[in-house]
Amino acid sequence: MLSLNELWFVLVAVLFIGFFFLEGFDFGVGMATGVLAKNDTERRVLINSIGPFWDGNEVWLLTAGGAIFAAFPNWYATMFSGYYTPLVVLLLALIARGVAFEYRGKVHDRRWKKTWDICIFAGSLLPPFLLGVVFAGFMKGLPIDGQMEMKAGLFDMVNLYTLLGGVTVTVLCFVHGLLFTTLRTEGELRERARKLAKAMLFPLAALLAVLGVSTYFATDIFEVRGAVLSALAVVGLIAFLLAGYFITKKRDGWAFGMTGAVIALAIVGVFTGLFPNVMISSIDAAFNLTVDNAASGHYSLKVMTIVAISLLPFVLGYQIWSYFVFHKRVHEKQHLEY
Amino acid sequence: MDPLVLARIQFAATTIFHFFFVPVTIGLVFMIAVMETMYVVKGKEEYKKMAKFWGKIFLINFAVGVVTGILQEFQFGMNWSDYSRFVGDVFGAPLAIEALAAFFLESTFMGIWIFGWDRLSKKVHLLSIWLVCIGTTLSALWILAANSFMQHPVGFQINNGRAEMNDFFALIANGQLWVEFPHTVLGALATGSFLICGISAYKMLKKQDYSFFKKSFQIAIIVALVSSFLTAVFGHQQAQYLVKTQPMKMAASEGLWGKSGDPAGWTVVAFIDPTTKENKYELKIPYLLSFLSYSKFSGEVKGMNELQDQYVKQYGEGNYIPPVRTTFWSFRIMVAAGSLMILFAAYGLYLSARKKLERPNKWFLRIMLLSISLPYIANTSGWIMTEFGRQPWTVFGYMTTADSVSPSVTGGQILFSLIAFCAIYSVLAVVMTYLWVRVIKKGPYAVDAADEHSSDPFSKEGYHAVS
Repeated sequence: MLSLNELWFVLVAVLFIGFFFLEGFDFGVGMATGVLAKNDTERRVLINSIGPFWDGNEVWLLTAGGAIFAAFPNWYATMFSGYYTPLVVLLLALIARGVAFEYRGKVHDRRWKKTWDICIFAGSLLPPFLLGVVFAGFMKGLPIDGQMEMKAGLFDMVNLYTLLGGVTVTVLCFVHGLLFTTLRTEGELRERARKLAKAMLFPLAALLAVLGVSTYFATDIFEVRGAVLSALAVVGLIAFLLAGYFITKKRDGWAFGMTGAVIALAIVGVFTGLFPNVMISSIDAAFNLTVDNAASGHYSLKVMTIVAISLLPFVLGYQIWSYFVFHKRVHEKQHLEY
Repeated sequence: MDPLVLARIQFAATTIFHFFFVPVTIGLVFMIAVMETMYVVKGKEEYKKMAKFWGKIFLINFAVGVVTGILQEFQFGMNWSDYSRFVGDVFGAPLAIEALAAFFLESTFMGIWIFGWDRLSKKVHLLSIWLVCIGTTLSALWILAANSFMQHPVGFQINNGRAEMNDFFALIANGQLWVEFPHTVLGALATGSFLICGISAYKMLKKQDYSFFKKSFQIAIIVALVSSFLTAVFGHQQAQYLVKTQPMKMAASEGLWGKSGDPAGWTVVAFIDPTTKENKYELKIPYLLSFLSYSKFSGEVKGMNELQDQYVKQYGEGNYIPPVRTTFWSFRIMVAAGSLMILFAAYGLYLSARKKLERPNKWFLRIMLLSISLPYIANTSGWIMTEFGRQPWTVFGYMTTADSVSPSVTGGQILFSLIAFCAIYSVLAVVMTYLWVRVIKKGPYAVDAADEHSSDPFSKEGYHAVS
């Protein structure tokens, strides 16, 4: 049976899976507005395809943050203060992007739209990249001292391994977003999205493979959980190959599901590799933040468990319903809200 | 640069800015829900137009509220990590619940409401705006539960050098929460309704879409009066609670150094000198402070000097007097703005009920336009009083602001973020105001800007423009 601390570790992982699976595709679509779309109309179709969802998707990140605060206050404190500057950039990106979706269509003017287009593109590119860097840093280890203070210089946070993590997450979100586009658009745009997704599979495969191999060398997580992680890698490989197969067969829904599975497996891999740590200290393993020394007390965890277990099913229920409501494809002749 | 000072400036700046948008969101979404309900019940298209027009104003505001809110949640860990470690066990829970119970509801159904006009039945669409309304209110409840813990900590014990929750229900039943929550939410309803009244007044002055805006005004003015009156009532409740739980804040907001005497008079204005700890000049209304503090015309209120001595004995050496002038004046500004709101709303309702709005009453409509600013002033000064008045504490009696700041974040880092956030927020404020003015000028019967060029896919713009 899981202890409450372990359960919350799992719940935080679930929230991040939800976040990267859902917001992952709207980050990808945001990137596609700068790469795939050829004109204003296509750009608007893309933005409208995620219009009803992106805000709700972003709440998964907020909830993950809140859950870490409530269940693992020391993790929250160390991570958020330690990664201060990257988080400032992340916030600026999310602020610009969120407002851009709402404001872009409000004025019909080239420069106006161009400005917001840059916000949407950069605001969709930077967050997955930065979060990739942060998560890679968790696994590689960060200079955390005996007082749980992380005093990281630029190169502790940004190095070859974490950059690789950042780029991989970004490309993964991009492909995931392109596949979402095949689900919610039609005609030529849809074909192009599928084609680009297919073309991106090879670089993505290379990135994932290099990241996997470097993780083996840069971190010790394979030493501890080699068997489980290898199994996850095999399942991930199968999901990836299936994604490629379904794209070729134009089974868009299945292909989207498979990139989603790759995302979920990657998060599961990160959390499995970390456990029972939440952040690894590069100074001394005794300074690692763990599910025990970073956690709230038993009472608090119990309360939060009851709250989370009674609320999450409703959240999942109405979010799934919202996707059902807006399952039809967006086309340019209809009223476009954004 | 001192990280503590910079972190405090950043928290104040970002929170005040965020709270320009939150009350408008809470207030407007309620008004829109009321309008859409009238549409569904009465079936008149005009009410739908109303919900849609005010919905546009709402959404322009909502976007900024949402994005500035993300920062709020991250900021505790980023700038106040020692605070987060100390209280996370208690304080994190309401924040996490806010996200789970409120943010998901609010943002998911907001998306459904915006994009669902043509895809959902009238009733389901109406339900979605009411769910957004519930979401925004729940969000206020949980974040204020967290804030109330800082003002009046309950439901915890000190264990392993930190605050650990031992009674979740005490956290929700906190007396502070049940004076603070109604006061804040009613203030938000006043903000939203004054905004509608003010914009409507402007359009009536311009004689544009007169009947549409007269009707909007008539609905909003009722809410404006009821909410601003009740905000004052709960403000009074809060003051009485303050005397019991945070007497120092009460004394500072009165500029009261020595004992008040019995019965206590209320100081209208004073020249306060915090260095000599005395007031050079005071204008007082007899009995009123006794009434504010105890709802009766007798009773003494403790002064700051006495409380300072008491706190030194209780908590050790230190200065426990908050910035007196800020606390004193922000309280007065809030009360003055709130009183004007009640006055104007009452007169507006009188005019509306007596059918005297058939022709524009110019001076009054101009006042209502300017009155849009009053709730903003009252909200901001109210929070300045609440948060400044709690100093030097973050958690009253348990942790000081100086002990709360992140030890690993440097002044340079905070200076960078402070400048960056202030810059992007200034841009947002300008852009938002520009869009508001645009929508207001166009009025409710204008064609959607978004639709202007999308109707013809074969136009040059649609196919060739690479913009």
